[in-house]
Amino acid sequence: MGTIKNYFKLIKEKQLIQLVLVFLSPVLFYLYSKSSIIFLLFLASLFLLYRVRLDLRIRGAVALLDLLLVIPLAGLENSYYLGIITQIVIYAVLAIGLNVVIGFAGLLDLGYVGFYAVGAYLYAFFATTQANNVIPESIYQFPLSGNWFWLFLPLALIVSAGMGVLLGLPVLRLKGDYLAIVTLGFAEIIRIILNNADKPINFTNGPKGLTPVKPPELFGIVMNQPIHFYFIVLVLFVMVFIAAYRLDHSRIGRAWAAIREDELAARTMGIPLVRMKLLAFATGAGFAGMMGVVFAARQTFVDPSSFGFMESIGILAMVIMGGMGNIRGVIVGAAAVVILQLHLLKELSTFLTQLSVSGILYIPSQLDPAKYEKLVFGLILILMCVFRPKGLMPAKRTMELIKGFRKKLSKESLIE
Amino acid sequence: MALLEIKKLSKAFGGLVAVNQVDFEMNEGQIASIIGPNGAGKTTFFNIISGYYPGFEGSIIFDGKGLKNLTPEKVAKHRIARTFQNIRLFPEMLAVENIMVGMHMDLKASIFNIVLHSGGMKREEGEAYERAVELLTYVGLETRKNELAKNLAYGEQRRLEIARAIAMKPKLLLLDEPAAGLNPRETEELKQFIGKLRDDFGCGILLIEHDMKLVMEISDKVAVLNYGEKIAEGAPHEVKNNPMVIEAYLGIEDEEEAV
Repeated sequence: MGTIKNYFKLIKEKQLIQLVLVFLSPVLFYLYSKSSIIFLLFLASLFLLYRVRLDLRIRGAVALLDLLLVIPLAGLENSYYLGIITQIVIYAVLAIGLNVVIGFAGLLDLGYVGFYAVGAYLYAFFATTQANNVIPESIYQFPLSGNWFWLFLPLALIVSAGMGVLLGLPVLRLKGDYLAIVTLGFAEIIRIILNNADKPINFTNGPKGLTPVKPPELFGIVMNQPIHFYFIVLVLFVMVFIAAYRLDHSRIGRAWAAIREDELAARTMGIPLVRMKLLAFATGAGFAGMMGVVFAARQTFVDPSSFGFMESIGILAMVIMGGMGNIRGVIVGAAAVVILQLHLLKELSTFLTQLSVSGILYIPSQLDPAKYEKLVFGLILILMCVFRPKGLMPAKRTMELIKGFRKKLSKESLIE
Repeated sequence: MALLEIKKLSKAFGGLVAVNQVDFEMNEGQIASIIGPNGAGKTTFFNIISGYYPGFEGSIIFDGKGLKNLTPEKVAKHRIARTFQNIRLFPEMLAVENIMVGMHMDLKASIFNIVLHSGGMKREEGEAYERAVELLTYVGLETRKNELAKNLAYGEQRRLEIARAIAMKPKLLLLDEPAAGLNPRETEELKQFIGKLRDDFGCGILLIEHDMKLVMEISDKVAVLNYGEKIAEGAPHEVKNNPMVIEAYLGIEDEEEAV
């Protein structure tokens, strides 16, 4: 009995901590928007909203407050953390897209960043003076104005999805390792083309890259502040999240899962293998392309080095770390990886340098943690493989969405 | 009219002729069985009909239409469903989802309807879910609907696989050793169940089976394969007493030794 009581107490205490974190940390973050620890606490509290035992409406309200009020307000004080959060959201979208390909359909794609590059260069090409090299100035005087940004979002989605289909058609006969190698090659081809397509006709300006890319414009307001981009990526994120979630819980998502589980059995059920795989490829590629446009507009500068192989691996690490096939999981994965890359390792470096400077502890500069980013990454991935092989939040199939439809159906039939 | 009409079906793998000049016919609503010793080419015969081997010789006419250049997807479109000798469910999906995958061909929602959650799509999904639960109830698995397929017991997995095939609304159902690994009581239940399937869904059922008791009691007709060739065909009692069949199963009696 005693142990059970203790156990209950523990649960209650755990919940209490969660509740305090969920409600207190946004306030703290708003008040002390420069503290690194509070920033991390706040992020943790955002993800705790998945799990904390509260009414869904309350959780939703807290999430909305956090996202729409606390982050922007704190961001006005300190744009550094707003930048990190924006980066997290961008990578979350990319991870959701890659998760469609790898997690849902089970196709190992190592060249995902190629589609990101397609989207970025598509917008950058027309939103800088670069297009004038190809299209005579008598037709149109480039760059396009920032109003075109909004049109380029769906356009990049379509173009990248088309590229996904083009790549998919020949290679989807391959499986597993072979598919991985070919997609890897594809991303490298795109990067090398971007690097070299500056002669004979200058399309991409080669390694020098394209700049300055026009920022988006809405109703005459030039949106070049971090806060603007935060809201742009947030809206896109919500759209992509909903789209991916709905696809997962539909006939298409089931077909993807069936293909992943047992290709032959899936075909025997009449699932068109090639079409479904292409659809997965195109969907993932489309999301990446759309985010590429945002990337170009946010950086105001694109060059081929942003789209290297390590970038693909980084997104892959997010998917694996978060939990393949679980949309919420890969968002957590994206957050963890970005925080680690952009924030924790750098903080650690500065901390250690300070120690060295003040003479408490001598650390040779060769051991600077920021230089060992990839090493830390590798270690984390190895530890994940050993302890959580299915990721931080393993995928779990449910029928909740469809059960909702069913409830509605039976209500309708009652009325009839 | 014959539901399935197969003429001079042959398939060779390199030098090995797995199925050799086999003729076979069955009618709508019939239960037919294919028997034969191990390695006789029974599963190859099934796999050809299922479209797993693109190249074969001979002709297959199903429901009045010739099946050519087969792929598994095309075969499914003709409403031929099958189960597998070593159960092939989708292990990491829920039982009810496994059934809904079987309904894939009948669900029409486009990607736009799905992303926008159109009313038609919701209705379709809701109805599909209800039908899937009905089918699960039919095979006695309604309480297991939210279990992952891999967590079901062996016998339950067999039943789920059959239910998944039924979800395709088949005109012909191919069962590859449905009684494998079942105990005598379960086999008896399976016998009743197969008969019921035929009556309730009106589909032709073609099975490969080693359990002779089951085959003889349930089949309208039996075909016997040995080394890829059909050596006998007919009603169960005819086949049972056919000397060639006895020979294939038991071998030739060595007269000198018998003396």
